Amino acid sequence: MTEVTILRAGPGVTVQDMGRPGFIAQGLSRGGAADRLAVLEAAALLGQPPAAGLELPPVALSLSVDGPTRIALTGSAMRAAIDDQPIAWNASHRIAAGQKLNLSPLGGGYGYVTFGGGIDTPLAMGARSAHLAAGLGRALQEGDTLPLGEDQGTQTDLVIDPVDRGTDRPLRLLPSAHTALFSQADRDRFDGTTFTRDARANRQGIRLTHDGAPFATEGQLSLISEIARPGDIQMTGEGQPYILGPECQTTGGYPRIGAIVPQDLPRAMQAPPGATFRFRFVDRDEALRDWLSDDARLTDLKRHVRPLTRDPRDIRNLAAYQLISGVTTGEAP
Amino acid sequence: MTAPDPFPRLVPLGLDGLLVSFADRLQDRANRAALAFRAAVEAEGIDGVTETASSLVSAFVAFDPGRTDRDALDRKLHEMIDAHDWYAADLPGGRRCFTIPACFEGDHAPQLDDAAEQAGLSREEAIAELCAHPLRAMALGFAPGQAYFGELPEHWNIDRQTGLTPKAEMGAVVVAVRQMIVFATSSPTGWRQVAMTRFHGFRPDAGDDAIALAPGDEVQLRAVDADTFAGLTPPEGGATVEAIA
Repeated sequence: MTEVTILRAGPGVTVQDMGRPGFIAQGLSRGGAADRLAVLEAAALLGQPPAAGLELPPVALSLSVDGPTRIALTGSAMRAAIDDQPIAWNASHRIAAGQKLNLSPLGGGYGYVTFGGGIDTPLAMGARSAHLAAGLGRALQEGDTLPLGEDQGTQTDLVIDPVDRGTDRPLRLLPSAHTALFSQADRDRFDGTTFTRDARANRQGIRLTHDGAPFATEGQLSLISEIARPGDIQMTGEGQPYILGPECQTTGGYPRIGAIVPQDLPRAMQAPPGATFRFRFVDRDEALRDWLSDDARLTDLKRHVRPLTRDPRDIRNLAAYQLISGVTTGEAP
Repeated sequence: MTAPDPFPRLVPLGLDGLLVSFADRLQDRANRAALAFRAAVEAEGIDGVTETASSLVSAFVAFDPGRTDRDALDRKLHEMIDAHDWYAADLPGGRRCFTIPACFEGDHAPQLDDAAEQAGLSREEAIAELCAHPLRAMALGFAPGQAYFGELPEHWNIDRQTGLTPKAEMGAVVVAVRQMIVFATSSPTGWRQVAMTRFHGFRPDAGDDAIALAPGDEVQLRAVDADTFAGLTPPEGGATVEAIA
């Protein structure tokens, strides 16, 4: 059995997978990767079902393996190297026993390291993901070891064209629990407002700021607590919107003006501090236009996987990239 | 804005969820309706429904948008709504009653006197009332396995404190607004702590049995003295469980 050893981990690196559906009634939200698309992209690269991997908030990570291992790097791009050799993002690679994978952040957002065979820690309530808000699992630390499942695949040096995570397109909204309690004027104003992703954000949610009057409903302080889910946009007491993330509470008494359609939520979760957002209420047909089940999305993503070319232009780009971003070897522990 | 439908009503929750809401404020009959309706949706086994839950006054239905005709699901749920008086429905079977030892003495009950006074009761009367009857887990939320039990008699409709208690430990019994919680986490709270238990509603190391309670389960507290309490160990904390017939 191959084992991963964490040599160094910044705060908040956790094991994540597609989460734990089915426990809302008992107060546990789905959890799982903040960017579910990144888990599916990794599965497409490695030619395996969606698997538990490592989720990195923008922090550094170094790890080693004790046997030959395939890895895929997806999600928000980070500076990546095997020992001193820079490697491409949104791609799969091979690491040999004793080699070190070194990652360090370039911007905001969550990066993912997924292994051939997946992380094979024991299942807890049907999943392996840490749910820190609930007290399930914990952030990884130096010296932690993680077992890997048996890898059924062999291919590496593939690259995937990732799904666009830019936030320049409006995030699409459908009605949620309290949409009807907001006036049409406030809903229209919400549509027309530019919001900024605040620095205060984690896997429970992302605070947004905006210029202009707060958004509030009549009698919102006496609302009865109601089911809340990832993607809902709730208004806190002071009228600032908050996008609920994978580790949100399962019920809440703050009014929710709308719900981000599931396929747009990774864009919201990946936005770095200071990024701007706009929202647009859409109808159900528009929301379903590009919606795919996880299975169908994975099938589609596999069509966007191709060999990682190593022509001189790419190598020159890699070299320039390293000069701009600092000395990669300095990241070794 | 058009006037909302009368209750019960369907409320969409994003692309893949619906609420069947039975009230817009806490009512025992609406909670019973939500529990019964959720159980009926589970029993119906509707194709495409992926998860159900209940909140204080609503049943929640999640569905797979790829396998579900939303109009057909709406019609199906409306048919089910119209088929019964859900407010008068029997509570679902399969529920359990937990009898949990609780200590109402000393540091285990830091705000018992205050809460009793707010409820217009003596300390002894308050303990007796809190232990008198099983209370129903009306909904779980805030933290995994944390149930909101109700309803206590009207005179327990006491406000939250204006300040927060910095930390209520896991197992603490707190009260406010005719409800009682046995904390399943350690957290600051605006509710008043009236007792302590060693019952842990969330047991992260217990695998698939991590969450002890489900909505509709009941809890009855049993007062024990501090010496007896000292001998109790989590996560069960001396609790006994019976099926509710």
